Amino acid sequence: MEIVSAVSLWLIPILIGFILIYGTFKKVPTYESFTEGGKEGIKIAVSIIPFLVGMLVAISVFRASGALEYFMDLIRPGLNAIGVPPDIVPLAIIRPISGTAALGMTSDLIAVHGPDSFIGRLASVLQGSTDTTFYVLTVYFGAVGIKKMGDALKVGLLADLAGIIASIVIVTIVFGNM
Amino acid sequence: MVNIIWVMLTAIGIVFAMINGTMSEVNEAIFNGAKEAVTLCIGLISILVFWLGMMRIAEDAGLLKKLASLFRPVVKRLFPEVPGDHPAMGYILSNMMANMFGLGNAATPLGIKAMEELKQLNGGKNEASRSMITFLAINTSSLTLIPTTVIAIRMNYNSASPTDIVGPTLVATFCSTLAAIMIDRYFYYRRTRKG
Repeated sequence: MEIVSAVSLWLIPILIGFILIYGTFKKVPTYESFTEGGKEGIKIAVSIIPFLVGMLVAISVFRASGALEYFMDLIRPGLNAIGVPPDIVPLAIIRPISGTAALGMTSDLIAVHGPDSFIGRLASVLQGSTDTTFYVLTVYFGAVGIKKMGDALKVGLLADLAGIIASIVIVTIVFGNM
Repeated sequence: MVNIIWVMLTAIGIVFAMINGTMSEVNEAIFNGAKEAVTLCIGLISILVFWLGMMRIAEDAGLLKKLASLFRPVVKRLFPEVPGDHPAMGYILSNMMANMFGLGNAATPLGIKAMEELKQLNGGKNEASRSMITFLAINTSSLTLIPTTVIAIRMNYNSASPTDIVGPTLVATFCSTLAAIMIDRYFYYRRTRKG
């Protein structure tokens, strides 16, 4: 397990160093390219504000009213028996449907439980290791006019389920249980 | 679908507040939730600017193209119906590389191009071909190498080690992609056995 932690720590600095040196070798105007690409980062960060505001308000209301606690209590016994923390369920449901909504839920879970808690880490891994099936499906198939999707939705959702299970298992192994 | 979930969360919350007498908490939650979302997005700017800047250098240096050619032999086996030198293969590879490096905005148009080519390979029919379903399965399982946005959120909430989830995310991504490929294959063989 120490290898996984070491990879986490080393991967980003090494990747950055490699990109910079490789870019210099290939005679890329590195600093100008960097600032050009960076501008897009501002655009993305600003453009997700409305999505996050909408989703975080809805989740906050849901939690503050006591509704979240109520539904959690309903499903808790069953999920605890198979080792799934109930707090993660709303995120797991919304992850295949909307990427930005899931991002809102992930940040909410991290804010409430703490980034270094079991739930916080699980939410982080879950957010990173699956993608928005419905979005990919509608955009890609919609753009080229595919009407009969065949098994695509089934395959996509089953793959999401596999990703969720993998996330829970791996986070439990690496970071220990709650 | 998101619309329904979004309205349900809010509406059920408000109804619950009426019954539970938690109206004042709900009021507070509305304004705090909005404020937190904006603070979070501002915090995301730092990482997003840095990462997308780095990725632009990688792209300009031809690193993404190089990686694509490295992955070509593996990816070719995943799409047995696509000829190796067909433009569809090029788009599929570029889309995967863009996804790996978290360039979602660049990945989407490439993915659509790939779909167009795959549709032509399939005789322009309006049904999903085997290769299309495989391509989608791989895309929906996520290929992210570095989950930058998640790291940024963790930094925002003062994580002691914001990047310690990179390794586990990589392993989980690998598992989910592998599962996606196997599930896709399973459904393909089931289809062909029937028909």
